[in-house]
Amino acid sequence: MTAFGKVVRTTAFKLSAIYFVVFSVFAIAFVGWITRETDRFLTQQVRDTIEAEIGVLADEGLRSGLTGIVAAIEQRSRVPGASLYVVTDSEGRVVAGNVTEVPPALLKLSGLEPVTVPYKRLEGETSHHIAMVQVLPLPNGFRMLIGRDISEIERIRELIGKAMISAVVLLIFLALVSWFFVSRRVLKRIDSVTATSRQIMAGDLSGRLEVTPAGDEFDRLAENLNAMLDRIVHLLHGLKDISDNIAHDLKTPLTRLRTRVETTLAGPAEIEAYRAALEATIEESDQLIRTFNALLMIARVEAGSPDGALGPLDMAQIAADVVEFYEPVAEEAGVALKLSVEGPLPLHGSRELISQALTNLLDNAIKYVGSGEPAVATPVVNVAAQRVENEIVVSVSDNGPGIPESERLRVLQRFVRLEKSRSQPGSGLGLSLVDAVVKLHHGTVAMSDAGPGLVVTLRFPAET
Amino acid sequence: MRILLVEDDRETASYLVKALREVGHVPDHAADGEEGAFLLDANKYDVIIVDRMLPKKDGLTLVEETRRKGNDTPVLILSALGQVDDRVTGLRAGGDDYLAKPYAFAELLARIEVLARRRKPGEAETLLKVGELELDRLSHLVHRGDINIPLQPREFRLLEYLMKHAGQVVTRTMLLENVWDYHFDPQTNVIDVHISRLRSKIDKGFSEPLLHTVRGAGYMVRDGVR
Repeated sequence: MTAFGKVVRTTAFKLSAIYFVVFSVFAIAFVGWITRETDRFLTQQVRDTIEAEIGVLADEGLRSGLTGIVAAIEQRSRVPGASLYVVTDSEGRVVAGNVTEVPPALLKLSGLEPVTVPYKRLEGETSHHIAMVQVLPLPNGFRMLIGRDISEIERIRELIGKAMISAVVLLIFLALVSWFFVSRRVLKRIDSVTATSRQIMAGDLSGRLEVTPAGDEFDRLAENLNAMLDRIVHLLHGLKDISDNIAHDLKTPLTRLRTRVETTLAGPAEIEAYRAALEATIEESDQLIRTFNALLMIARVEAGSPDGALGPLDMAQIAADVVEFYEPVAEEAGVALKLSVEGPLPLHGSRELISQALTNLLDNAIKYVGSGEPAVATPVVNVAAQRVENEIVVSVSDNGPGIPESERLRVLQRFVRLEKSRSQPGSGLGLSLVDAVVKLHHGTVAMSDAGPGLVVTLRFPAET
Repeated sequence: MRILLVEDDRETASYLVKALREVGHVPDHAADGEEGAFLLDANKYDVIIVDRMLPKKDGLTLVEETRRKGNDTPVLILSALGQVDDRVTGLRAGGDDYLAKPYAFAELLARIEVLARRRKPGEAETLLKVGELELDRLSHLVHRGDINIPLQPREFRLLEYLMKHAGQVVTRTMLLENVWDYHFDPQTNVIDVHISRLRSKIDKGFSEPLLHTVRGAGYMVRDGVR
């Protein structure tokens, strides 16, 4: 692209060009309007004067006849800035007046409307002037011409024309100056944003955009971009923590698996021992696959690409299904599982994901309700779903040992398992998935004390 | 059972071919989509196992083309992508079942056997019978001999699915998908608990058990005297 092409493509150039065109059009229209109005006003004034003169001279004619008119003309001609007068006889000879050289044909006319003609005055003038004249017939073939010089009006017209040209020139100049100003001052800041973001894209996440004390739109933009960068840095740190956790939590079972195979191979070659080791290996790798699947699932849900289609759902039905699904498990564990729903509870989302989230919560509740010291005599897990204003509130509560307040947020993170519960099977991913699923549905997760026990409350926006 | 396996990973394929032969099936192997299409035109199979990602012609295209030719042989799609929406695209392309990698061979075997059986007529039977156990799909009544067995709706559907596939291994995942329509893996073995509850209803007090656990695979309803 040429240098000129580049200039043309800049926002500053486009803005200046638009500014220039719009203002030129307005300026020309405005000046044109003034010219026309002034012209009309002045012309009207000249006409009025001519008409007044005609009136006076006609009166004189009525009173004293032609001689009276001639006398009046002689007298009026001497006043400075006088009008133009010519009286001719029937042969076309000038009998009175202060004008030489008017177009002779003119006097043959007897126009009622004034016309514009060039003329010369009597008093030794050499150049032509412009005048507006009217010719009147007098008795006996005499004619009278009355006019006013209009060179003044012409000069004013010229003046306005010049002013118009200077105004347009000035506007071009202003547009160029504003273009210069915009490109230098404003675009420079956009360029600096571009440069800084390039630098950040190149990998330097510590870079931040400059915020001036001006507090203008650019500063707001810079502040927002900086906040966005802070968030990205925060997320990246989170990701790093997660990767560290994953590395640790996946390495442990892999090491265990490898050790078992190794020791079995080193031991006596007995088919029974081999079989047992292989079966344990399958079980362990299944657990690993499960963990991987859960991680992938969470990542997918968090990335906002939900598993399966989102559609209209009834939370009451989902809760009832999940409770029915887990009821035998609770019964086997000696836990009373209760459901209280007021349906239907319409919401928009994924049945699969919400079911899985509720399953995870129920699984945890049933697993841990009896883990207190001392264990509660009648362990109870309650699932409730109801509509509260514009929200669908689902809660899973138990009367077990609960989770200390300081740990409640932490357990939503991946692989976080409370130390005392390590004896129970699980990956430490269940609540992370719950959190991700709820966030995907624009909801919230809250954990609180059920006194005694834990209550996990999920809030989803209801479908209206 | 004659099976076509279209799988590009040589090791997986040779393992599967060997394992399928060991249980008495007759597998053919195609290493890419075009070879698969050629074998499908030349032979008649009971079940086709297709990997989703294949060289030359991908699995979904192969399935779509096969269906367009009017071939309705049951297809099981294998894929490393195990999410529900991938499953949906797989089934929409004309697949009959979908199995995510990595899978247990027992799961694969159970699914292809159920798929092959699905073609046989008598699908719409209203009365399912295994030994003296009878399930009436219309009246929703179950009885074994003269004894009426009251079941809850979900238990009924569980037994219905098992009896529909009597004599075949049904895995936990198959039950989850078909009875509960859940495609995730619950942390606890919930299915086992449901099965043991069902077993206590249909087998308790009878000398001959009908609901069997198949170790390392799943469950099977089978008439012991058969």
